[in-house]
Amino acid sequence: MKRSLAVQIWRWSIILTVALYLLVPLYAMLDFSTKPFGFADKGRTWRAWKMIATQPDLSAAITRSLITALIVMALILFLIVPTAIWVHLKLPALRRPFELLCLLPLAIPAIVIVVGIAPLYRWISINLSESPITLAGVYSMLILPYTYRSLSAALDAVDIHTLAEAATTLGASISRVIFGIIMPTIKTGIVNGSFIAIALVLGEYTISNILNFKTFQVVIAQIGRTNGNVAVAVSLASLLFVLFLLLLVPTKKRQGAVLDVDIA
Amino acid sequence: MDQLQYKGTGSASGRTGSRYWRGKAAYLGVLPFLLLSGLFLLYPTWNVVSGAFKDNKSRFSTTVLKEVYRSKVARHAFANSLEISAKTAIVGAVLGALFAWAIVTGKPGGPLYKVSVALSSVLAQFGGVMLTFAFLATFGFNGLVSTLAIKILPHTFLADSTWLYGKTGLTVLYTFFQIPLMVLVFLPTLENLKPQWREASDALGGRAHEYWLRVGIPILTPSFAGAALLLFVNSFSAYATANTLINLSDFLTPLEIATALTSETGGSNPAEAKSLSLFMVIVVVIVMGLYALLRRRVSKWEPRR
Repeated sequence: MKRSLAVQIWRWSIILTVALYLLVPLYAMLDFSTKPFGFADKGRTWRAWKMIATQPDLSAAITRSLITALIVMALILFLIVPTAIWVHLKLPALRRPFELLCLLPLAIPAIVIVVGIAPLYRWISINLSESPITLAGVYSMLILPYTYRSLSAALDAVDIHTLAEAATTLGASISRVIFGIIMPTIKTGIVNGSFIAIALVLGEYTISNILNFKTFQVVIAQIGRTNGNVAVAVSLASLLFVLFLLLLVPTKKRQGAVLDVDIA
Repeated sequence: MDQLQYKGTGSASGRTGSRYWRGKAAYLGVLPFLLLSGLFLLYPTWNVVSGAFKDNKSRFSTTVLKEVYRSKVARHAFANSLEISAKTAIVGAVLGALFAWAIVTGKPGGPLYKVSVALSSVLAQFGGVMLTFAFLATFGFNGLVSTLAIKILPHTFLADSTWLYGKTGLTVLYTFFQIPLMVLVFLPTLENLKPQWREASDALGGRAHEYWLRVGIPILTPSFAGAALLLFVNSFSAYATANTLINLSDFLTPLEIATALTSETGGSNPAEAKSLSLFMVIVVVIVMGLYALLRRRVSKWEPRR
């Protein structure tokens, strides 16, 4: 389609303005992380980047965050997704309440959930152990609206009732129907949901900081207090890593399902 | 034929029980999920809402709630929170919507589109610690832009980094993740605009600005307002960015809540934290209610996904 010159000028000036806003800070991070620090450096240095590997708490924190992410994904795959399918298949009367429950976290800011969960968390870490499981439980609730949206979109697109009936007629058990038949057909929705889970867990700071659990972000903040250059380098590295992951995942339908939260 | 039990949730096997009981047994399937959400979502929510009406010795009382309501510090923090959220929601929504329009008018599925969407998904989640570092590296002391500004524009605000550590700074920072979020939310809406509407307008002799004034903008307004409300909630609830940038515990309501909860000087006051939280929840619930109303209007023309 031919567009008038005025429209093109508008378009590109908008793109440039926003791109500048979003990209200059990212470039500034690269600039800052290669700045000399200490007395030995002259000119540009990659010392901050090299020091990432030797940060004492960092690898432990990354492991901790990844384990938490794994638990969250397990909760999604083996509990939330099957329940959503179960409700769709067997309990049509519960669909509305289930939906409302899934969207409730939108109305409860993370900081409020921390206030509410703090006594329970303290009890669990004193009496049981300080494991990432509690944290993973909270996280799985935080992303519930997004998981639900991408799931219900996927479930609505496929006629799962017919699929389930056909499978049952052919002798499949109910667990086979859920895990072997329906879940593979809504793979995209599940992959989207899991991806948000990873992004959320790696980026989460509010809850873990207040509950004093040293996740990735909490440790980055901690590094920032002693060595800004290294902290900036770590931040940029993790950002690029997530961006790289995202470009690998097919972008076709993702953006619509991810954030078009609909509570009407 | 045998039906295996599904994860021990007691879905009745084919042979036992009447049809009636088999129907009821299906409800057992949601129990594990109910347990999870009860523990990590409903219990905390209930704890906050009921706790707001109790004092620190867990007796029923509205004293703390009233104290918080009357407190000048709390009001100031609340006003700051509301102001910053409103500003960043509006600026983010306008810039994000314009950017989304700029992407949509380009080649669908082209490199600009792909990169913008991927970048937006990352940057919308980019709030918090890393965002603070990015802006400190840009506008902070020794930052990229401030160093430049000292050389070329020494007497402007850019050369003096103090603006970053206040309301203006927070507004600029929050807008950074509001724009990508708006792009993600608004892009599908723009893509759902039917090209036939534009064609009809053109065929009837309408000019471009007439199309936007009479058709485009009226149609998009509810979605736009809804998205802006979502952005409002997003920055209203944000804590991480402010916490790492500003060391004032009473500056925003979330910061105040965190201080009341975890005060290191021993003055931790859970009742106050819960009362403050209740006021936050009330605001968010009102905003999300408005959002729901708007979405209902939108879904008249936009297919629900």
